[in-house]
Amino acid sequence: MTNKAIKFELDNDNIALLTIDVEGQSMNVINEDFLRELKAHIEKISSDDNIKGAVICSGKDNAFLAGADLNMLLGDLAMNDQASPEDIFKTSFSLNKLFRSLETCGKPIAVAIAGLTLGGGLELAMSCHYRVVADNDKIKMGLPEIQVGLIPGAGGTQRLPRLMGIQAALPYMLQGKNMSPKQALASGVIHEIAPVGDIINKAKAWILGGGKAEQPWDQKRFKIPGGQGVYDPNIVQTFMGAPAMTQKQTKNNYPAAVAILSAVYEGHQLPIDLALKVESTYFAQQIMGTVAPNMIRTLFVNKNKADKLIRRPKDQPEMKTKKLGMLGAGLMGGGIAYVSAMAGIEVVLLDRELEFAQKGKDYSKTLLDKAVSRKKINQEKADHILSLITPTADYADLEGCDLVIEAVLEDVDVKADVTKKTQAVVPDSCIYGSNTSTLPISILAKASKDQQKFIGIHFFSPVDKMPLVEIILGKNTGDEALAKALDYVRQIRKTPIVVNDSRGFYTSRCFMTYPVEASNMLAEGVSPVLIENCGVYAGMAVGPFAVNDEVGIELSYHIGQATKAALGDAYKAEACDGVIEKLYKELGRKGKKNHKGFYEYPEGGKKFIWPGLATHYPLAPEQPNQEYVTKRLMYRQALEVARCYQENVVTDPEDADIGAIFGWGFAPWTGGPLSMIDTIGVDKFVEECDALAQKHGSMFDVPENLRKMSANGETFYGS
Amino acid sequence: MTDAYIFDHVRSPRGRGKKDGSLHSVTPINLLAQMFTAIKDRNDFDVTAIDDVITGCVTAVGEQGGNIGRFAAIMADYGDEVPGMHVNRFCASGLVAANYAAARVMAGQADLMIGSGVESMSRVQMGFDGGAWLIDPQVTNKISSVLQGISADMIATKYGFSRTDCDQYAVLSQERTKSAWDKGHFNNSIIPIKDSIGQVLLDRDEHMRPGTTVEDLGNLKSSFNDMGEIGFDSVILQKYPEIENVIHVHHAGNASGIVDGAAAMLIGTKEAGEKHALKPRARLVSFADTGTDPSIMLTGPGKSARAALARAGLSKDDIDVWEINEAFASVVLRFCQEMDLSTKQVNVNGGAIAMGHPLGATGNMLLGIALDELERTNKRYALVTLCVAGGMATATIIERI
Repeated sequence: MTNKAIKFELDNDNIALLTIDVEGQSMNVINEDFLRELKAHIEKISSDDNIKGAVICSGKDNAFLAGADLNMLLGDLAMNDQASPEDIFKTSFSLNKLFRSLETCGKPIAVAIAGLTLGGGLELAMSCHYRVVADNDKIKMGLPEIQVGLIPGAGGTQRLPRLMGIQAALPYMLQGKNMSPKQALASGVIHEIAPVGDIINKAKAWILGGGKAEQPWDQKRFKIPGGQGVYDPNIVQTFMGAPAMTQKQTKNNYPAAVAILSAVYEGHQLPIDLALKVESTYFAQQIMGTVAPNMIRTLFVNKNKADKLIRRPKDQPEMKTKKLGMLGAGLMGGGIAYVSAMAGIEVVLLDRELEFAQKGKDYSKTLLDKAVSRKKINQEKADHILSLITPTADYADLEGCDLVIEAVLEDVDVKADVTKKTQAVVPDSCIYGSNTSTLPISILAKASKDQQKFIGIHFFSPVDKMPLVEIILGKNTGDEALAKALDYVRQIRKTPIVVNDSRGFYTSRCFMTYPVEASNMLAEGVSPVLIENCGVYAGMAVGPFAVNDEVGIELSYHIGQATKAALGDAYKAEACDGVIEKLYKELGRKGKKNHKGFYEYPEGGKKFIWPGLATHYPLAPEQPNQEYVTKRLMYRQALEVARCYQENVVTDPEDADIGAIFGWGFAPWTGGPLSMIDTIGVDKFVEECDALAQKHGSMFDVPENLRKMSANGETFYGS
Repeated sequence: MTDAYIFDHVRSPRGRGKKDGSLHSVTPINLLAQMFTAIKDRNDFDVTAIDDVITGCVTAVGEQGGNIGRFAAIMADYGDEVPGMHVNRFCASGLVAANYAAARVMAGQADLMIGSGVESMSRVQMGFDGGAWLIDPQVTNKISSVLQGISADMIATKYGFSRTDCDQYAVLSQERTKSAWDKGHFNNSIIPIKDSIGQVLLDRDEHMRPGTTVEDLGNLKSSFNDMGEIGFDSVILQKYPEIENVIHVHHAGNASGIVDGAAAMLIGTKEAGEKHALKPRARLVSFADTGTDPSIMLTGPGKSARAALARAGLSKDDIDVWEINEAFASVVLRFCQEMDLSTKQVNVNGGAIAMGHPLGATGNMLLGIALDELERTNKRYALVTLCVAGGMATATIIERI
């Protein structure tokens, strides 16, 4: 047999060594080769009397096994529509069956772990009788399936609780958090920690020392640590509390969370073989649903492609940024300087006054001091990172920069001036990026010596936390600038999307529809609490009024005025305009900034919706229901995304969905707005939007592309 | 349809539901058996004529499990021939036991029945029977299951009852209960509980705190803040998206107390009464069990009261005596708001906030209290209702003869 995934060797003690080294993968994942070969190896180990036992380890440094190949899984999912529940169960159960055959093969099986052990990796480890892990705190072990809408499907929901207790195990599965080897040892998930060079020997030693080929749960008197069964007060308490705690987080948008709870609740009362079947049923339920496929596609498969720069022009050589000129040391500039220095890039941080530039650098110092005090990095490293940032008020210091990012006042003239001053100093090859969030790149590029080298690099605030960067191509932006910008985004370990120039580009333009529609409803007399909660309960990262307060009502007003001025007669007024004007101009409510917005922000207390809203916008006697309000908030955004797609502002559904989730906190469970439209059904979506347009106006007008797709039976992601 | 009549009702005083409670040493079967014995002794008739004994009990596990009524009847020397069955409709179990005893009579399938209820909360802990609706994630998710106190707080929030409103009602309950005891309104029905050699353990409710003021109650911390914070507030708020926050107003002083107690009611046909020389005291006119949202859980009494009224062909104004179980202050306030009643009109002899709420027995006790009040005041109709876990409610209307 050729080994594409697992190498098989027999040592002098007749102990088999299975080395996982999956061909063509940088990290070990469970794919079809792996499954086939593991099955064959188990059969051999079980049937060959000479073989005493086996040790499983990894041939790759970075990971023991990082779980199932989600690309393979997504492929399986694609045939969903045709597959019967029986077929899907059979596929789901096959891994459980395989791992179960390992732990019941009659020979002692030990595992030696030296790297990442996630999902199916940890599940494989838990199906071994003895687990040795290298003494490296950086090794992450966990069951993160929920992050893509799945549940652990290879025994994780059964074996982890049986090893560490139900209450202790639930957070690992419900939140997808990792454990270190030390935590795993303390909670009984592994048996031994050893220096990395010794782990295989320790594993073998356990076999030679008479290690038993039997799992605890196959022993007669086995009891789950911490209690088991529905008569145990601890278990009753756990299952009374855990679903409520979970729903607080999930807002019931993630069916996998309830499935995990049920798999544990039902499964822990059963013998292991039956319990694994229950787990597979709940796993299959997720596969048959819409949330997991959407989440896997956008949050895993397509995000990985974006991270690997799928949109990068292939013919451009790699262009890592060495010296960054950061123009403007405000909140954005300071943040960009920080993430760049963290990536080892030299940063010249320029502002009008040295004092301002220094203040921008202090932003990094504050973050680094915090990291040091939390022992995330040592002082020496922090000092080095900080030393990479040079604050200055002198343009001459920009000499030698290969990339410049401008984040100064949102004013075309100011920006043009800065561009000219900068380009007088930097080499001609330097790529010039603008972090503008509102001004068209093609207009700003006019101030540039070479419009081909001018590009939009739009960050989100706070820069150190927000994972997305929106790259904007001006009319004349060239491939080199795009490649440079993408290489830089990869350097700072963020996720890029690439869009074309438009007012507000892609993310800002679409995002704004969310608070705008909320204010439209407010003006109609819909309860602001209802509107806000509908946004939050739909899975949006923040409620529409809270986010408007964050952005600033003041800024909303100014953007509105600028848009009005720019569009002239083409501007479509909405009820929201009046709300913003009243709050800002008439009532002086600027947003979170002055502690007065849609919310009140009491000193030291929890914010609450400003009761005064009811005076200015009395509640209508008839209130719409939750479903209707939610639809208006979500469909409005999705429609704008579809318009951007039609107008070629965003060119790929993948970028549209990634940008929505990571850029403005669109509900991740949907897989993004275009995935959401696909899931609802383009037909139905168009029909519902037509009804909304009839009732509320042209903001719900359906773009032609969608209507065409509906007529042709097409979807954004095909199938 | 045959009419069903109430011939007699007895109830125990309510003992504090703790280890220092006066009834803690009494087994629940003994507590119930003493009620059956009282029914037999007070009426001096051939108890073997009883067709069946129905007993409400909520936490029917351990010594309250295994169909407690059947064996309590035997312990009360009803002989081997009187069968028994157990019912559980949570807090209305004792009332439902009476209703279903009456229903058997009305259906012509029994002549003489006992409807009863028992709960020794000091001995069998509330919630100890578990239940899918509390712990099975599929079920709790489907019904947005929260702790009852959170539901009660949501009722106060949604329908606009402040902490002070609830505390004021609680004080009213204490005052009325004390006054009712002082004036002897309960004397006809309370059966002192005795030990095995006949010494009286308890002859008066001991959970009451007469003299409690609104200021006293104001010092108590509301009970459900922490449980709300861990997630239960979120669960119920997601069901009511128009509400911003749950305002926690309930505490031990404005919610029903945990107590031990039992009650029984003798019900039968007119003919059975004549045969055994039993005097009909009231007629069971109608009853209804209803369901509403299981998450807010305790808003059902209005619906069930209206259903019972409709079934009886009566209107609200026909009712002279109202009993709405004081599970939580907000439940009573919401019932009054919904039915357009003044709190002056309901629970005139106090209620469970002062006396306590022995889960399986309370409904039976309330029916007895209403009957006593009708007789005392020479009035005609009484309506008794209780909110019930899981969003249910039960209501019963009786007419004094």
